[in-house]
Amino acid sequence: MRPGTPVGRRVFLGMAGLGAVGILAGAKVQSALGRVLQPVTSASGGLSGLIPGSDTFRIYTVTDGFPSVTDDAYRLKVTGLVNQSLDLTLADLKAMPRTTLVRDFQCVTGWRVPNVRWEGVLLSHLLDAAGVAPGAGALAFDSFDGVYTESLTLSQARRPDVMVAYGFEGGPVSTAHGGPVRLYVAPMYGYKSAKWLGAIKLVNGVEPGYWEQRGYDVDAWVGASNGRHDVPVS
Amino acid sequence: MTSPSAEPADSGDLERFDRVERVVHWVNAGLFGLVMLTAIPLYIGSLAGVFGRRHLLVEIHVWAGVALPVPLLLALAGPWGRNFRDDLSRFNRWTRDDFDWLASSARRLRARVGKFNAGQKLNAAFVGGSVVVMLATGSIMKWFSPFPDSWRTGATFVHDLLATAIFVVVAGHIAFAFTHLDSLRASINGRVSRAWARRHAPAWLEEIERAEVLGSQRGESTPRGSLAGSQSRRATADLKANRSVIPPT
Repeated sequence: MRPGTPVGRRVFLGMAGLGAVGILAGAKVQSALGRVLQPVTSASGGLSGLIPGSDTFRIYTVTDGFPSVTDDAYRLKVTGLVNQSLDLTLADLKAMPRTTLVRDFQCVTGWRVPNVRWEGVLLSHLLDAAGVAPGAGALAFDSFDGVYTESLTLSQARRPDVMVAYGFEGGPVSTAHGGPVRLYVAPMYGYKSAKWLGAIKLVNGVEPGYWEQRGYDVDAWVGASNGRHDVPVS
Repeated sequence: MTSPSAEPADSGDLERFDRVERVVHWVNAGLFGLVMLTAIPLYIGSLAGVFGRRHLLVEIHVWAGVALPVPLLLALAGPWGRNFRDDLSRFNRWTRDDFDWLASSARRLRARVGKFNAGQKLNAAFVGGSVVVMLATGSIMKWFSPFPDSWRTGATFVHDLLATAIFVVVAGHIAFAFTHLDSLRASINGRVSRAWARRHAPAWLEEIERAEVLGSQRGESTPRGSLAGSQSRRATADLKANRSVIPPT
């Protein structure tokens, strides 16, 4: 055997041990770190996402880039089993009764951003404006680039914490966050809150959305789906 | 090197890495490149929009990651990995010289460095530990259903933090390669000059030359690491094959 101390093996085993401790205790360390870092992360805007382990948004998109339209060109179509189809501009949405929700944003991959402020129109208000026709049992959502899809049952869509959002943290919803208009389904994991919302279609039954076709639960209640036990968002 | 019997071999280059080690290094480097390049848009939100195709990126990231230990384990597994295993044991063992080398530039002067310096040894151990930890945490993130939530959050936390460290270490590794071109060349063709070894790995050179002296004294030449040695080994074999036609003296 070669002379000397087996430092290499110790470094290797030490890293493996630290990794195991991190898996077991990381959740606690992270939330403590999140509290400590919150003044920093809320002040530093976009940079905050670069701090490893901090509680910040991660921007996900399933396309080649962010789809983008100007505020003026934006349209939200409400079609399908409705009494009257709607074709709404951003100004039309802003003229409707405004609702503010301040809720945690919880991703199914584990990150959670505390107390995010959303502004917009309750989905139930749009349903009332269009008039739900007989036979409609669910809503199908499309992103305006046509790639992302989502769904809600009619009763889920009527909840008072489900909205079409155009305001985020006091400003507009940025392109990265799904602007100018996105869905916000507070009690469910983030993938239900479809970004770049372009069309709402009233249909007979639930049609599984983009991630649901790839294995995620269709009913995505925070803390009661996808095998997770997070604290519910309400 | 002062012994006259070592003179004939003195001119030859030394084999620092054999073919198996070089293949393992570059396959490993390629896989690290894949996981790191795909990690950037997966982690940094503002770049996610530039690259998009998250689903595809995740697949590449995960499968390149799962493949990471494969070249290392394959090289360990068979007789072809003798030099690789030998170098692993060199990475593992630290002597007083290694601690001196690491401690300060003053103490580094008196360190007699072997085949690898303490920085290279640390890098090797770090890469090995990283592969294990990233694979374990990444697996929990990807195939999460059997694990409690808190494990998944913890695994994500560890994966993020260690990824940051890996970017720093790999950037350093590449920077050292491009500021030490002889070493970079050795990772490609496996060879270094004796002058290089005298300067950067004197204790290793000494080890080889001692073996060369012993070999030439015994009339055989098998010092590991000496290309001149393997050349003369072939010559000895030819000699043995032709023994029947050479009249005995």
